[in-house]
Amino acid sequence: MSRTAAGTTTSARWVPNFHVLGPLLALVALIALGASLNSNFLSYGNVTNVLARSAFIGIIAVGMTFVITSGGLDLSVGSMAAFVAGLMILVMNALVPSMGVSVWVILIGVATALVAGLAAGLLNGFLITRLGIEAFIVTLGSMGIYRSLVTWIADGGTLSLDFGLRQLYRPVYYDGLFGVAWPIIVFALVAIAGEIVMRFTAFGRHCAAIGSNEQVARYSAVHVGRVRIATYILLGMLVGVATIMYVPRLGSASSSTGVLWELEAIAAVIIGGTVLKGGSGRVWGTVVGVLILSLIGNILNLASLVSPYLNGAIQGVIIILAVVLQRDRQAD
Amino acid sequence: MESSSAPAALALSRVTRSFGPVQILFDIDLELVAGEVHALIGENGAGKSTMMKILSGYLAASSGTILLDGRTVTFADSEAAENAGVVMIHQEFNLAGQLSVEENIFLGRELRRGPFLDKPAMREQARALLDQLECHVDVRTRLDAISVPDKQMVEIAKALSRQARVLIMDEPTAVLTSREAAVLFRQVERLKASGVALLFTSHKLDEVKGISDRVTVMRDGHVVAAAPTHSMTEDGMAEAMVGRELSGLFPAKGRADRDANEPPALSVRALQVPGFARDIAFELHRGEVLGIAGLIGSGRTEAMEGLVGLRPATAEVLVDGNPVTLSSLSRSRDAGIAYLTEDRKERGLLLNQGMRENLTLLALKRFDSGLLIDRKAEAASLEKAVKEFDIRAPHPDVLVGNLSGGNQQKLLIAKTLLAEPDVVIIDEPTRGIDIGTKQQIYEFIRALTRAGKAIIVVSSEMSEVIGLADRVLVMRGGRIAGVLEGEEIAERPIVRLAMGLSDEHNTDAFEEAS
Repeated sequence: MSRTAAGTTTSARWVPNFHVLGPLLALVALIALGASLNSNFLSYGNVTNVLARSAFIGIIAVGMTFVITSGGLDLSVGSMAAFVAGLMILVMNALVPSMGVSVWVILIGVATALVAGLAAGLLNGFLITRLGIEAFIVTLGSMGIYRSLVTWIADGGTLSLDFGLRQLYRPVYYDGLFGVAWPIIVFALVAIAGEIVMRFTAFGRHCAAIGSNEQVARYSAVHVGRVRIATYILLGMLVGVATIMYVPRLGSASSSTGVLWELEAIAAVIIGGTVLKGGSGRVWGTVVGVLILSLIGNILNLASLVSPYLNGAIQGVIIILAVVLQRDRQAD
Repeated sequence: MESSSAPAALALSRVTRSFGPVQILFDIDLELVAGEVHALIGENGAGKSTMMKILSGYLAASSGTILLDGRTVTFADSEAAENAGVVMIHQEFNLAGQLSVEENIFLGRELRRGPFLDKPAMREQARALLDQLECHVDVRTRLDAISVPDKQMVEIAKALSRQARVLIMDEPTAVLTSREAAVLFRQVERLKASGVALLFTSHKLDEVKGISDRVTVMRDGHVVAAAPTHSMTEDGMAEAMVGRELSGLFPAKGRADRDANEPPALSVRALQVPGFARDIAFELHRGEVLGIAGLIGSGRTEAMEGLVGLRPATAEVLVDGNPVTLSSLSRSRDAGIAYLTEDRKERGLLLNQGMRENLTLLALKRFDSGLLIDRKAEAASLEKAVKEFDIRAPHPDVLVGNLSGGNQQKLLIAKTLLAEPDVVIIDEPTRGIDIGTKQQIYEFIRALTRAGKAIIVVSSEMSEVIGLADRVLVMRGGRIAGVLEGEEIAERPIVRLAMGLSDEHNTDAFEEAS
């Protein structure tokens, strides 16, 4: 048996890894399928529509990638988004009588969303790391709490943003730069920043180390608790960012806002190749996962082959398939 | 085999095994005879584990035949092998942590009465099996709650309950104290007398010499020697394994000359680790190796973990004469103190990550140029470490879990030293490592002292402490039982201090047990 020292075999051969490229290939196949089924599929209007709608889940899913990579989970993001949206509308509406319809009111609303997201993430992270309660349980609890809180502040109905403010705020969702809608731009920026942080910073490396083996991280002088809390805070703030992009779309929040967002975000992360039990995360994969999920719905709507009511079923199959592929990778 | 007329209970004939393009085993012949203890030795990566997995049905041979009582068999899986009476006990246990001891022993073949479990019968049999093994845990205890040696005994009880005719044990004594190993060896004798064929691996050649009847030595996938144990010396076994002469396992001692006025590199006073260690005090100079000996449970590891901030502890610590507070591992690192854990698989290395990520994890700050990690510098560091520490990996992107134990340990040492510590605390530097790599690691440790570093070696291997340390601190029951220096460093005084003995008689009793 010939054993070769690692340093001497520098001829690193690049082997295409199906497990890494799988989600990307699936996305390309979906685009090809969509284009062949409906000529409208690749039109500017449809592409903008699909991307802008997936931006909310996408921004949240980037944060979720960090949480899952470090071995955590957050089920509360959907109701957190609804609560933050409700709070933001409440604060802005309350300021209209004194400050009038001005950009300042909207900026205060934006700040409210970011601070509320940060605080909600901090609370989740604190309970999980400092009190040592399972992430699943903490966030299952906070999911119920935020959902109930938004129902309460909306008094069981819908909270609507002041009409004047809505006109002022509307462009944040509907306008854009050089024909690219703002939500798409924000999603892209968040994704690029997330990819860089995950791959090229100590924080990203520490997340993967903690998710692989928390003990090893601790014995390597990684501040496990701090990094963990930071992932939940980051996710909370990104929920705030997503809410900032979401509120101008409908100008309202109710108890049905953001329902099942947490599951879509988690599904996107998993489809993208991040391991659910942590240790390995890919932000670009998450972006691909988000796009796959929203394209399936879009294609079903455009083509009359399969009923759009089966959207959920097909997404479910994709999620399970993605995990089967992941398992193959770990077996070798 | 010359002595046996009956066919071997289990035999391999011209067995080979390849993983992809890499051939691991070449034309292996092996015979396990009923009523005989067979030792399989070789360096890590020699192919011992692969061979044992083929014997016990976990892996299929690429070519060649397996013979059970002289008839060709093919084990579809380990269950088929177990049904044929061939049972393997893995080094990493196959036990369910949340189940009780009794449930583990009967897992997969529970006794039933009608559709229901016959719990009283299982409990009684489990109790009887463990009594036989002199293991006194309550069979209703959850497995996670019992000690590692007890888990080993539960594994053996499980094998016994399956009426094993051929019992294969992968390093059964690696996790046992000498007293527990003695109990195990008595069981081995008993099984042997009842006609079981046994195969075991060990890195401890005195054990091999002591309890085996035949020895097979492997190197690089070949059987390089097979002989009755009495015809081989321990040195002969070691040389066959390594393929070269071992001139002295330990490098020469010799403290570097030092300035008498130089303050100690590390001075520890009144170290208290609640529940584990009390009033630990010592000084350590540059160029010196301080050995810490003591029985398992004497608080050695806990004292060191408390010192570097991995456990709640208090102490007065001076580094180069300056007081420091080591409240966390990162503070210790920044003060120039590094701790290398005894548990490289669970605490030392990320097994599902690459060598680069592992190497730089402790010293990541050094590669963090402001915001981003300098990947080029990381790659250069890895290349340097691979050369410097002779880390042998099939390719640079290999997952660390796929490296052999010795190469993992070298990587762990490289990782710890990358933080450029002045004081290095190494807990069990060579646990579960072959003799050739051991020798290399001892050389690394000496080279560190020559470079002016201060080293603490915590070890339960007596020969290691004696061979490496300039001074030995013996712990017992969480306290320092004594300090030995120079000529005093020898097995007998260390044992006496570790056991708290005062008369010769008891010392002899201990040595008989070990």
